[in-house]
Amino acid sequence: MLKYLQEYRSPKDALRLQEKIRRLPLNGRRITLMEVCGSHTMAIHKFGIRELLPETVRLISGPGCPVCVTGMEYIDTALALAAQQGVIMATFGDMVKVPGSRSSLQLARSEGCDVRVVYSTLDALKLARENPARPVVFLAIGFETTAPTIAASLLEARRQSITNYSVLVAHKTMPPAMRALAADPGIGVQGYICPAHVSAVIGWKAYDFLPQEFGVACAVTGFEPLDILQGVYLLLRQVIRDEPRVDNEYSRVVSPDGNPAALDMLKEVFEPCDGNWRGVGMIPGSGLTLRSSWREYDATRRFAVECPPAQEPPGCICGDILKGRRDPVHCRLFGTVCTPEHPVGACMVSAEGTCAAWYKYR
Amino acid sequence: MCVAIPMKIQELRENNLCVAEIGGVSREISLMLLPDARVDDYVIVHAGFAIEKLDEKEALATIDLFRELDESLRMDETDHE
Repeated sequence: MLKYLQEYRSPKDALRLQEKIRRLPLNGRRITLMEVCGSHTMAIHKFGIRELLPETVRLISGPGCPVCVTGMEYIDTALALAAQQGVIMATFGDMVKVPGSRSSLQLARSEGCDVRVVYSTLDALKLARENPARPVVFLAIGFETTAPTIAASLLEARRQSITNYSVLVAHKTMPPAMRALAADPGIGVQGYICPAHVSAVIGWKAYDFLPQEFGVACAVTGFEPLDILQGVYLLLRQVIRDEPRVDNEYSRVVSPDGNPAALDMLKEVFEPCDGNWRGVGMIPGSGLTLRSSWREYDATRRFAVECPPAQEPPGCICGDILKGRRDPVHCRLFGTVCTPEHPVGACMVSAEGTCAAWYKYR
Repeated sequence: MCVAIPMKIQELRENNLCVAEIGGVSREISLMLLPDARVDDYVIVHAGFAIEKLDEKEALATIDLFRELDESLRMDETDHE
């Protein structure tokens, strides 16, 4: 089975797809497509997808890296929690280097805070089980792909009566952000390359409102180069025919209605709230917060931490980059003071950020 | 961050856990989000959890679509010329 996956990288088929796209009757029309998933941004740069497309087709990156869109005040709160007596801070690796207003978890660790990188929430739960006298706080960030794994860890914590485990929640949901960007005339998105694994959880029908209410073309695609090329082909075909809809190129994983067990777990533990997207601002209904029946696991209720208001770094244009309005090369900090080793802005901090992708493959 | 990898389930364990393998590397994976997965299923694994099955028929059908070059082109040209 896995041998088939090699075929999703076949150079010969990539050229055929490129030809298929080039022969579409674009007639010089300028078409802007946005990928909203950081893993797509990386794949597009890694495989040189832009170079394969007609000049009039523009691919822009959206706010699809959960680390990048996590507000600075969240990092500041995480740092304040990590500094509490006895706390073990458990996190996915991507968060460690992210700068807050004054420090980062990496720096905090070097100053004596106990920050542990885990692969899974269940590893964080194991830390809690093995260290019953110490509070374990997990940094719960991520989109619909990741949020069910946090929900699952809370269900397990309750089942196993683990009381020293809590979470700092800043989950975000993709469709409300895609709605906000589609409604912004300054961006002019005509088609979305919809996220792959978010869609595995929520199902492709979750995007139906985009063609219906905004006339925006949608295609769910996988992360392999041929997946993305085929997705671009499907989107351009929708735009040319003026028949916006949701095409599902990633049918080997994504179903119309998503993963019912994961969705049930999300619903049981979380409820929607307004979400603050770093660089973009508040987007109504785009966040997840713990339901009242789960608030005992909210780290901010267990520890009294207060942070001064967060300060965004001056000169950074990440807000415009996250909305696809400007490219990283338009930022005077890019590649000079802002690099993957010393990230200044949101889009450089994670390997999947737009600036990090541009920097790596420039 | 939403990267997930395909793995093959080798063995089911208690408490919704299983052992899954890719490229000769095995690790314990949770099936809490995919409780009906079985041994020999290919699943997409994200942060230690199987989040969805990988459907072989659909995987092959998609590859066929990449190669459906001439048909779709003719269709487009008839539509627009």
